[in-house]
Amino acid sequence: MSTVALTINGQEVTVPKGTRLLDAATGAGFFIPTFCHDENSPNYGGCRICVVEVKGARNLVASCCAEALDGMVVETESEAVVEARKTILELMLANHPVDCLTCDKAGDCRLQDYAFRYDVKAPTLGGERKDYEFDDSNPYINRDMNKCILCAKCVRTCQDVEERAVISLAYRGFNTKVAPALDGNLATSECVSCGRCVSVCPVGALTYKSLSGKTRSWEVAKEQVTCTWCDAGCQFDLLRKNGKAVGVVAKAPSEGRPLCLKGRLGLELRYNDEPMAPMIKKGDQYVEVSWAEALGLDEIIEKLK
Amino acid sequence: MGSLKEVRSSIEEAYKKKLDRPRIIVGLGTCGMAAGGTKVMAAIETEVEKLGLDVDLDFTSCIGMCYAEPVVEMGLPGAASVVYGGVYPEDVAQLIESHMVNKTPVTDKAEIQISAGGATYEGIPVMEKSPYYEKQVRSVTSRLGRTNPERIEDYIATGGYAGLEKALTMEPQEIINQVKISGLRGRGGGGFPTGTKWQFVADAVGDKKYIVCNADEGDPGAFMDRSVLEGDPHAIMEGMMIAGYAIGANEGVIYCRAEYPLAIKRLNMAIAVAEEMGILGDNIMGTDFNFKLRIKAGAGAFVCGEETALLNSIEGKRGMPRVRPPFPAHKGLWQKPTCLNNVETFANIPFIVRNGGDWYASMGTEKSKGSKVFCLTGKINNTGLAEVPMGITLREVVFNIAGGIADGKKFKAVQSGGPSGGCLPAEQLDLPIDYDSLISGGAMMGSGGLVVMDEGTCMVDVAKFFLNFTQLESCGKCTPCREGTKRLLEILERICDGLGVPEDIDTLERLAKTIKTSALCALGQTAPNPVLTTLRYFRNEYEAHINEKRCPAGVCPELLTYAIVEDKCVGCGVCIKACPVGAITGEKKAAHTIDASKCVKCGACVPKCKFDAIVQA
Ligand SMILES: Cc1cc2nc3c(=O)[nH]c(=O)nc-3n(C[C@H](O)[C@H](O)[C@H](O)COP(=O)(O)O)c2cc1C
Ligand code: SF4
Ligand code: SF4
Ligand code: SF4
Ligand code: SF4
Ligand code: SF4
Ligand code: SF4
Ligand code: FES
Repeated sequence: MSTVALTINGQEVTVPKGTRLLDAATGAGFFIPTFCHDENSPNYGGCRICVVEVKGARNLVASCCAEALDGMVVETESEAVVEARKTILELMLANHPVDCLTCDKAGDCRLQDYAFRYDVKAPTLGGERKDYEFDDSNPYINRDMNKCILCAKCVRTCQDVEERAVISLAYRGFNTKVAPALDGNLATSECVSCGRCVSVCPVGALTYKSLSGKTRSWEVAKEQVTCTWCDAGCQFDLLRKNGKAVGVVAKAPSEGRPLCLKGRLGLELRYNDEPMAPMIKKGDQYVEVSWAEALGLDEIIEKLK
Repeated sequence: MGSLKEVRSSIEEAYKKKLDRPRIIVGLGTCGMAAGGTKVMAAIETEVEKLGLDVDLDFTSCIGMCYAEPVVEMGLPGAASVVYGGVYPEDVAQLIESHMVNKTPVTDKAEIQISAGGATYEGIPVMEKSPYYEKQVRSVTSRLGRTNPERIEDYIATGGYAGLEKALTMEPQEIINQVKISGLRGRGGGGFPTGTKWQFVADAVGDKKYIVCNADEGDPGAFMDRSVLEGDPHAIMEGMMIAGYAIGANEGVIYCRAEYPLAIKRLNMAIAVAEEMGILGDNIMGTDFNFKLRIKAGAGAFVCGEETALLNSIEGKRGMPRVRPPFPAHKGLWQKPTCLNNVETFANIPFIVRNGGDWYASMGTEKSKGSKVFCLTGKINNTGLAEVPMGITLREVVFNIAGGIADGKKFKAVQSGGPSGGCLPAEQLDLPIDYDSLISGGAMMGSGGLVVMDEGTCMVDVAKFFLNFTQLESCGKCTPCREGTKRLLEILERICDGLGVPEDIDTLERLAKTIKTSALCALGQTAPNPVLTTLRYFRNEYEAHINEKRCPAGVCPELLTYAIVEDKCVGCGVCIKACPVGAITGEKKAAHTIDASKCVKCGACVPKCKFDAIVQA
């Protein structure tokens, strides 16, 4: 395979042709922040936090999209880069509630991490803020679009499964938001509560309802478990707090892998010490059902009788 | 169809014969119709019938003098034809009687006369010598106002499809070479060399390639593409077909904004008739070149003019820009190599192929060749469409062609390049109009809108206006543009409302820099330009707003004060009645006063005072 040689922060780096700048730099041990970059649907380039300075380029370059080319000279933390990242973070914070104290995502939130790293302490720009209604209509997922930074990862990951595309970007400019059809709530949408979107959200905009207020990210230990309901073999993380199993969350979804609700509920039932009561959408209402019904076992049980 | 040559000679003959007949032609572009052209046409029909005149009635598109619409041309055999401006139904009878019956033109309504070699009339400027046209060169616009855009015969008789005919006898590479020699740069704003782009697409590997025409034209204050689409639809199609032949594509899409219904209608007619005549479709003009063309109507989002967003939109996706590279030349429509050009770019191609690249390159400047169509709007005497050679100065355009500032006011600035361009002050009036000079001045060519502002314009307010536009039109994909333009706008609003603080200027500059350098597409990358250029040339106005809470141009309502000049006030009390909030008090026959804390700055009192005693400052 052919390779290219470039200089990153003064260091010579050789990578296979076609490597992204982001991977070339992180591979060489340099840090680059990312929000919207998703290995499974690359080349989006929306959040711009990953910009780096490439010598000779007119503008800063989004490293998650740009290809490393022979002879490139790249700075990942130059003055211009840091200035741009700070401003981007400030712009995000100008439009983001800072209730990290009680946010379920605290400790596992990229916005929080990067704000700390780049010393962005408080929203300084002022002005209008979004004021969307909190969407807790779905029994499994909480959506707080005021915390959304519009990385569109959720949109892309939902679209990656055929016939889903439950959510999309709606409106324009400052009013752009992630929304189900007709800007309704999740409950009235076609959402199958698979949680793919939750697993990719870099901030506290999408969280699991069952875990809300129960754990802090640093208190839980993760153990990987694999669903055996079907041959897709989806992977989940079993969360343990003080040894007790408290929840099952989807691991980063790869392309096409459905990560269905049935799988997650099955694993909840199997591993969770206090499994939640399963809710299934019947007509346009969520109703509590038996585990057998939730897991689609009724028929089998009937047959066994 | 046989060879186009055979058909052409009979068409040309018929066209010449038409010029030997008495004729009346009404301008029915969108501007002409909006000004009432359709009613004028109806009045002419009635009058001609009433008098039983033997006269050909026809219509054409916008000749460029939008300021003079509705425009009617009258011609008699052997004489120059006269273009009348500002013709309303009630003028029709007199005009027809004088010009068509008594063969005496009505000088005071005549704008210009167009001589095709025949006798000219005294007292009416000949088109080429008239103030509006003297400095223009008309090639892309040469048929506008001169032919009927709904008749392919008019197009062919005026040299149409000769370029395609010639191209089909050339090697594809030879065509690309001619485009390169011409020095033509994309007219959609970016100014990328067209020949180079075509070479990329020609060299790109792909089983299928596409030609896409960008007819989205979303800039406020721009209508040159619309005028060409409405006035010369075949020229765009011919340019696209030549491009298809040159780069190896047999399918083309015209992405036209849905707000241009007349353009879409005329394009559809043009496509249908060209197909019928074997000029479009399979085995074009008897060769083995095939080309299919369709129109896609765009819903009218400014960002959909950005080339990659446009491609997404054609594919049925949300119109959000894609990351580049890959460039459309390599992975465009449906991921296939795509040659995407602007309307005016394509419209230039037939001329370049027919007359050669050298001919085109002889016009213009070192790095910007040829001519460019501009839309002149704002506080000028003559708003309209003007095609000028590259390198002409702003001064010539504003003061010669556009006839200077309206109402005897003073020139203040000209905004070039649409919402993402910049405002250039009087000191820059001698700047030659070409891609690089405009950029060095802080503005840009953009698609060709020139908005002229007079002394009564507040430059902070102007920046606010454009930021409001870009903020609303941002697609929302990337953070700097989506969030940043909003904050820029809010700061400008604050300044105009008298709530600005000195740090605001720094914040504006800091935000502008980040948006410019890190936004994903050119919309965001250029959105701060109005702020940056007004800060560069009119910083004192920002400072006056912030530090002195004063709007020097007297535009920002929150910063105006109203006061009564004691010496002038006779105490008539009229103003008291006019004031909706009771801010004015005073005894009869004694000077009145305005309570500044109550005044809501509505301005209602000013025109009411017959003694000019109320001043706004
Ligand atoms: C926000 C935005 C809007 C644009 N709108 C238009 C447009 O309406 N028409 C157009 O031809 N080009 C437009 N462009 C430029 C196109 O992206 C592209 O550069 C051009 O169509 C290429 O054709 P050309 O090389 O012939 O100019 C726009 C660019 C941006 C960033
Ligand atoms: S999402 Fe992140 S930044 Fe926002 S409140 Fe939660 S922890 Fe803080
Ligand atoms: S839970 Fe699954 S189906 Fe529902 S929006 Fe998220 S990704 Fe789409
Ligand atoms: S909800 Fe989360 S994943 Fe979706 S766009 Fe917002 S921040 Fe990104
Ligand atoms: S989560 Fe659903 S799709 Fe994935 S393995 Fe389990 S049952 Fe199959
Ligand atoms: S710069 Fe603006 S219009 Fe362009 S991608 Fe970013 S948000 Fe969309
Ligand atoms: S400007 Fe309006 S509110 Fe103020 S004094 Fe005049 S009329 Fe009254
Ligand atoms: S991570 Fe690169 S642009 Fe978002």
